[in-house]
Formats: sequence, C-alpha cells, structure tokens
Amino acid sequence: MMASVKAAHMTERAAAGHAASRDTVISIERVGHVFRTKGRRVQALLETDLRISEGEFLTIVGPSGCGKSTLMNLIVGLFPASTGEILYRGKRHNGVNRSIGYVTQADNLYPWRSLRKNIEFPLELRGVPARERRERSQHLIRRVGLSGFENSYPHELSGGMRQRANIVRTLAYQPEVILMDEPFGPLDAQTRLILQNQLLELWQEEKKTIIFITHDLSEAVALADRVVVMSARPGRIKTVAPVPIPRPRNLFEIHKDERFLATYQALWLSLEDEVKRGAAQWQVQS
Amino acid sequence: MASTELNAAGDVALPPGASNVEDDIRAWEALERREKWKLMIVRVVLAIVLLSIWEYGTDRWFDALWFSSPLRVLRHLWDWAQDDLLKHLVITLRETFIGYSCGTLLGIAMGVLLARFAFVGRVLDPFILAVNGIPRIALAPLFIIWFGIGEPSKIVLAGLLSFFLCFYATLSGLRSVDPAYVAIARVMGATERQTFFKVVLPAASPWIITAMKIGVPFALVGAIVGEFMAATAGLGWKIQLYTAQFDTTGAVTGVLVLMVVVIMFNTALNRLEAHVLRWRPESSGAAGSDVQ
Repeated sequence: MMASVKAAHMTERAAAGHAASRDTVISIERVGHVFRTKGRRVQALLETDLRISEGEFLTIVGPSGCGKSTLMNLIVGLFPASTGEILYRGKRHNGVNRSIGYVTQADNLYPWRSLRKNIEFPLELRGVPARERRERSQHLIRRVGLSGFENSYPHELSGGMRQRANIVRTLAYQPEVILMDEPFGPLDAQTRLILQNQLLELWQEEKKTIIFITHDLSEAVALADRVVVMSARPGRIKTVAPVPIPRPRNLFEIHKDERFLATYQALWLSLEDEVKRGAAQWQVQS
Repeated sequence: MASTELNAAGDVALPPGASNVEDDIRAWEALERREKWKLMIVRVVLAIVLLSIWEYGTDRWFDALWFSSPLRVLRHLWDWAQDDLLKHLVITLRETFIGYSCGTLLGIAMGVLLARFAFVGRVLDPFILAVNGIPRIALAPLFIIWFGIGEPSKIVLAGLLSFFLCFYATLSGLRSVDPAYVAIARVMGATERQTFFKVVLPAASPWIITAMKIGVPFALVGAIVGEFMAATAGLGWKIQLYTAQFDTTGAVTGVLVLMVVVIMFNTALNRLEAHVLRWRPESSGAAGSDVQ
C-alpha cells in the first residue's frame, strides 16, 4: 500500500517536476516578437513563458508559421525580442550567445569546405591546433558513419549525410545547449529513424540540453522529456506535457508503447485545433 | 545505388560471378572513348573542309584582295614571325597584363571596401549605376588625349575594362552571400574578421574568380582598341596599319594571332577556375562561360 502510493508519487514528480528538480538553463519570460514586412506588422510570437532545465530534451511542435523558428533565433540571440526577456543561467545576453549551438533546418554546410573542414570550422574559429581538430572531427565522423567521405564536398553527399554533418559540426565545439530546428524535416522515414536514434545516443553520451523543433508529433513524443505544443500564429505556448517513458528508449519499438500512445493522443487533441487554425490562415494568405 | 554508396569507403566486395560487371563497365568505357574520337575526327574534317573551300575559292569565286587565303596567311605568318611579330605581340601583352593586374586588384579592393562599409556603398549606389551606363570603349579617344599615344593610354583602357568587371562582380558577390551562412558562423563563434575571411569572401569567390577569368580577354580588347585609335606599336596598331594599306592577308594574320592568344588564355584560365572552384557542383560551373 505504502509502496504503491510512494511509486505513484514518484512518477508524478518525475513527470511534472522534471524541470523543477534541476537547474534552469534558459528561462523565457513573457517573450513576444513582431516582424515588420512590407509595411505590415506580423505578431510572430505572443507572451511566451518557458523554462528549460539542465540536461533536458525538450521538443516543440506547432503548425507551420507559428513562430517556432523565431523563438529559436531569439534564444540564440540572432536578434533581440520585441518584448519580454530571455535569461541564460539567470543572466541577460546581448547579441549571439556562444554557449548555445544551433542546428538549422537547412544544413548550411559551407559548400567550399570538405565534410571534414566543415566539421572543423567551429574549432578553427577557436584556434584549436590542427592535430586536435583532426582527431575530434575524425571521431565524430566515425561516430555518425560518415567515414570515407571526409574529403567530399557537401554537394557530393546525400541529404541524410549532410544533415548528420550539420549536427556533428555543432557537437564538435561542445556548446552547453543545442537548438535543433526540424533537423530531420526533409529526410525519408528510414533515415530519420536512424538519425533520431543516433541523436538520442549522442545526447545521452554528451549530456547536453537540447531544444528540438519538429512538425511531427510522434517524433516529438519519441525523443522528448517534455513536449511543448505551440498555437497557430500568433504563436504562444498552449500545452506542456512530460513524456513518462523511461530511457534509454528503443525508437524502433516505441510506437507500440502504451505510454507513447497515451501521450501522443493527449497532445494530438491539443495540436489538432492549432493545425486547423494554421491551415485556415494559410488559405487566407494565398 | 545505396549499397555502392555505403561501400564507397572501402573496397566493394563483389559477389561471385561479378566479373561480368567489370567487363560491362570496360565495354561501356570503350564505347565512350569511341564517341569521343568520333567527335574529334568530325571536327577536324569540318575544319579541313572549310579551309579547303576558302583556299580553293580564292581567285576563283572571290578576290584574294578582300579575303586573302589560308596559304597566304600561313606564308605571311612565317615571314612576320621572322620579322617583328614577337615585338608587337610582347607590347600588346605587356599593356594587357599591366592593365589587367592593376584593374583587377583595384576592382576587387574597391568592391570589398564598398561591401564592408555598407553605408558608403549605399550612398554611392546610384553613382556606380550611372558610371556603369557608360560604354567604356567610348572613353578610348579621351584616354589618348589624357595619356598620350604610347603604352600608358592602352594600359589605362585595359585596366579600366577589367576594373569595372571585377569591381561589380566583387560588390554583387559580397552582397549576395546567403545571410544564413553569416548567421551560423556568428552562432558558432566567429568574430567579424573571421566571418569575412572564412565565410563571406569564400562564398563570393565564384563571382570574383569568374570576373577575373572574363577580365583577361576584356583587357586584351582594351589594349587592342587603344592601339587601333592611336599608337606606334602593338598588334592592334599593326592590324590597323595592314588594313590601311589594303593588306588583308596581314590583317587576317593579326586577327588569327589574337585568336590563338585568347584561346590559350581561356584554356589556361578554365583549368585554373575548375581547380579553384572544384567544390562547386558541375551544373553551376557554366555560370562563367567564355567571353572573347
């Protein structure tokens, strides 16, 4: 009797209190953002509050155009938010925050650099000696199965290979937090599954904090500690739900897990309206 | 396809009986080689036919006075080579190269400056547009007045043509760099300086290199046109002189020499470009095709 109460209590805490139990790395406080395009003002983001804790894997889902990428750009500091503030370990940051890595949606590998040179780029910026750069890039290249392609240029690689290179380029210089904006978006289902698996392994090895944007709810649930659902534009946070599936997870089997299905269904209810509202906006626009 | 890709790293282990594949590949390669030879032979035959018609038709269908003939041109080339061809060629090439080097360097420097100091660049934009509207060759007579009939006026004209080419290409190239490249460099920790030298400049390099390539024949045109106007030496002057004396053979020979010079430059520059820009996918390599 006592034990089961305690167990129930534990799961509840693990679920809801994940963030509270660890140090907050990033806190987003009442952040809103307005874009001005062609004389029109577009409210991209509205009153967003969110706390991300150390070592957490947070995923964000929402209809397209809901300001997910804007939120990422604000977190990394590419431009300042119109309203509210973003604190990194309790402090405001002016300009780009170099403790945060950013894996963008397009791979943005430099086409004039070979695969190896692309991965070594952030190390080069930091003046890491050539020998060490080589060792580190070699290790990462092997880690994600790109051996043999070190000297290939990006246009000679497949989309999946480029995206892997894009991810390990960011891992190479070991930022504390990594933002990922639909990194597996354009890839086929099989490649995605393999890369998702590799990503979880890397995350567990390197103990990073990851914020991961996706439009795919099942990807969001499968990867995350917590899933954030965002509303259609103007984007704000609609639901935050923990994913009570223990780690390490088997992504190849996770879709049959009851806890996965339950979380997925609950979140889908929340997301469905937004997807429809987003689609309606879309039609008005075009 | 997928399996060859995965195996590309190491040796591809062929299943038993796969030697047939090797044979097929060899047969296919032989076919490709044959196609190549066929193309070459047809080209050579076409050249011989055209030259023969020209040679045979001279003084039968048309007067040698107007069009000369291949054999006459060859004979003249031989005589000229013994005489002062080299001297004039060297003068023209010297004008071309001094003008080209100065023009290209200044053009790139100016483009970089205006791209870096964006405000100054914006201020100057309409002026640049206006100057760009001037047909540069039309300035040749003015340069003769300003810089005399010697080599300097030709150097300036050659330099001007390559300057504008490189200047516009550099400025447009630097301005059109994908902002995402710059943003991601900043995120990865690049300083202003690193961003410029490691990201912006390489990203704009295809523009600059293509302009440098096209600039060589442009500079040559500048030097030749300058010599046409007023000069005392150089291939352009010599061609002008032959024409004035109704010596079509001489003029055609001069043009032929220029053609060979330009072909040599283009071949060398294409090789160089292909090497420097080897990171580009092949399809976009056509961006800077030959300009004579």
